[in-house]
Amino acid sequence: MDIKENTLEDSNIMLDLRDIHKSFFIGTPNEFEVLHGLNFVVNKGEFVSIVGQSGSGKSTLMNIIGALDRPTSGEYTLDGVDIEKAKDSELSALRNKKIGFVFQTYNLIARTTALKNVELPMMYAGMGRSERTERAKMLLEQVDMTPRMLHKPDELSGGQKQRVAIARAMANDPAIILADEPTGALDSATGRMIMDIFHKLHEEQGKTIVLITHSPELSQETQRIITLKDGDIIGESAGNWNPKAKEVE
Amino acid sequence: MLITENILVALAGLRANIMRSLLTMLGIIIGIASVIGIMTVGNSITVIVNTTMQELGANNLEVGVTQKSLDEETTSSGMSFGRGYIREMSDDDLISHDMLVSFREKYQDDIKYVLLTEAVGNPGTVTDGSKNANVQITGFNRDNIEFSNLEMLGGRSFLNTDYLEAKRVCMVSDKFVERMYKGDNDAALGQEIEVSVNGQFYKYYIVGIYKYVADQFSFGVSDNPTTNVYVPFKTARIDNHTQNKGYSRLTLVTSIETNNDSFANTVRDYFNINFYSRNDAYEVMVISMTSMMDSMNSMIGTIQLALSVIAGISLVVGGIGVMNIMLVSITERTKEIGTRKALGATNSSIRLQFITESVVICLIGGIIGIGLGVALGMVAVKLMGYQAAISVQSIVIAVGFSMAIGVFFGYYPANKAAKLNPIDALRYE
Repeated sequence: MDIKENTLEDSNIMLDLRDIHKSFFIGTPNEFEVLHGLNFVVNKGEFVSIVGQSGSGKSTLMNIIGALDRPTSGEYTLDGVDIEKAKDSELSALRNKKIGFVFQTYNLIARTTALKNVELPMMYAGMGRSERTERAKMLLEQVDMTPRMLHKPDELSGGQKQRVAIARAMANDPAIILADEPTGALDSATGRMIMDIFHKLHEEQGKTIVLITHSPELSQETQRIITLKDGDIIGESAGNWNPKAKEVE
Repeated sequence: MLITENILVALAGLRANIMRSLLTMLGIIIGIASVIGIMTVGNSITVIVNTTMQELGANNLEVGVTQKSLDEETTSSGMSFGRGYIREMSDDDLISHDMLVSFREKYQDDIKYVLLTEAVGNPGTVTDGSKNANVQITGFNRDNIEFSNLEMLGGRSFLNTDYLEAKRVCMVSDKFVERMYKGDNDAALGQEIEVSVNGQFYKYYIVGIYKYVADQFSFGVSDNPTTNVYVPFKTARIDNHTQNKGYSRLTLVTSIETNNDSFANTVRDYFNINFYSRNDAYEVMVISMTSMMDSMNSMIGTIQLALSVIAGISLVVGGIGVMNIMLVSITERTKEIGTRKALGATNSSIRLQFITESVVICLIGGIIGIGLGVALGMVAVKLMGYQAAISVQSIVIAVGFSMAIGVFFGYYPANKAAKLNPIDALRYE
């Protein structure tokens, strides 16, 4: 694997997107452009939300940020790695080591235990069996899932599944956590609990988190809100996130 | 490491869909079972035929008087075809004692034994009160007794005078002694027995007791097997009233250095040129056991191969079944594949995962098939009354072959899974 690290060791930039365009071909010669040249930067340790209605292009953007897809044109650098130049196998390694995905529908592998699910990214990273089991247990403890770690996904509640998914996202200590509507399928109390875990990861471990959501209220909890509409960024604003205020509480 | 993980995932998948897994494996199971079963039966028959022939003597030449064919069309094994001049065989047509003596003298370097056998009637019985035993009176000449290498348990073998003077002596089996004298060899020796064959009675004195060896073709273990009562050849001939006749058939045991196939021709030519050139209807034919064994083995081999190929077709059908179910499984698990890719699985690790799964299905099917095939083959062989010979080679090949089927028929679906676009796969519902 040949992922070239940024020569600027002390760079504070985690995500750097410049003039990102994305088009889909829906039968030649029709071309449908979803993203019309986006520019934004996410700094290390930042908790950012990307908000938009459905059809705004936020899913497409998430795929590009998550290195699941490549932009049609534009430059995207993730933690110093130029996505455009990376081969498919390098993108796999990138997703494995630098990105922790949290999906709305949890996407746990059925038929295997919570523990095995958390071990999976470490297995793909080539970590030894005992080492990854140990780490998976530690991660599950962080999300209070130790008592149910040997249960299979269909024996877990939605909130429990999402906690396992967050533990899995943390498996290879990624540069960013990419959460796509993580509370979308949960009731408000459970959703609250999941958001608290994100806050904890952000504050205590300094994780960079990108939250993609359609909910303006949820986005208010983050440091910075990027609003997307019809494939353009129509605004950037600061959220109500205030760690000091939280501490007072 | 990834392999063991993949195997565990595959096994978990199989367990989750037991019925489907079994049905998928069924094709492989039936295919492998039939191939192994056929191989087991074929192998057993080959082993039996070979040992039987070896017992009869692979180095033996069977010499017999047969009808002449007018067109002189004779196959390599000496069997003649075509219409000959047909008349009953008379005493003049037989191989006389004098012919045999001069023949033996001429080829004494090549001939180790000349085996002469004279059975007295059909199997008969010896009865003494409530005790009885089934026997067959068999006259053996000295060469034959020496060649058959009987293991003596008591008494003695025949003496020179027994052969020459046609003494009324016999050797009986330990089985016979068991039934008639409660296994007491000393009590049996010197006793006179009376054998009843089709209402005729023949009397002999027991001089020796040999160890009975069951032959391959005897069905099961009988507690009253028909054992031979050996008598001197001449004695048997007198009992048959054939003492002045020639021989219609005899067996030659050649020395090791002799090439049987060419010696068979030499023997045939010797008799036919010297003694049968003026005979209008009969001549001598010679069959070499080696060539008979070879042609029989190749015949069994060909039948076995043909049947195996037919059985092999069901393996291909089974493989297609595996491929079909793998394609279904991949469609069902599209989202899982997308997730794995998002978590960092490379195309090759996805491919490996599904090939492993397909190989695991085929291998388990193969192993069940081998068990079933061996069992079926053994039952079939036992039903035929033979001893089963399991072909280890065919088991090794079957395991390898079922794995190869797994790889071959798993590759296309696995490759399809590996090439899935992660976004489409993740979005799949």
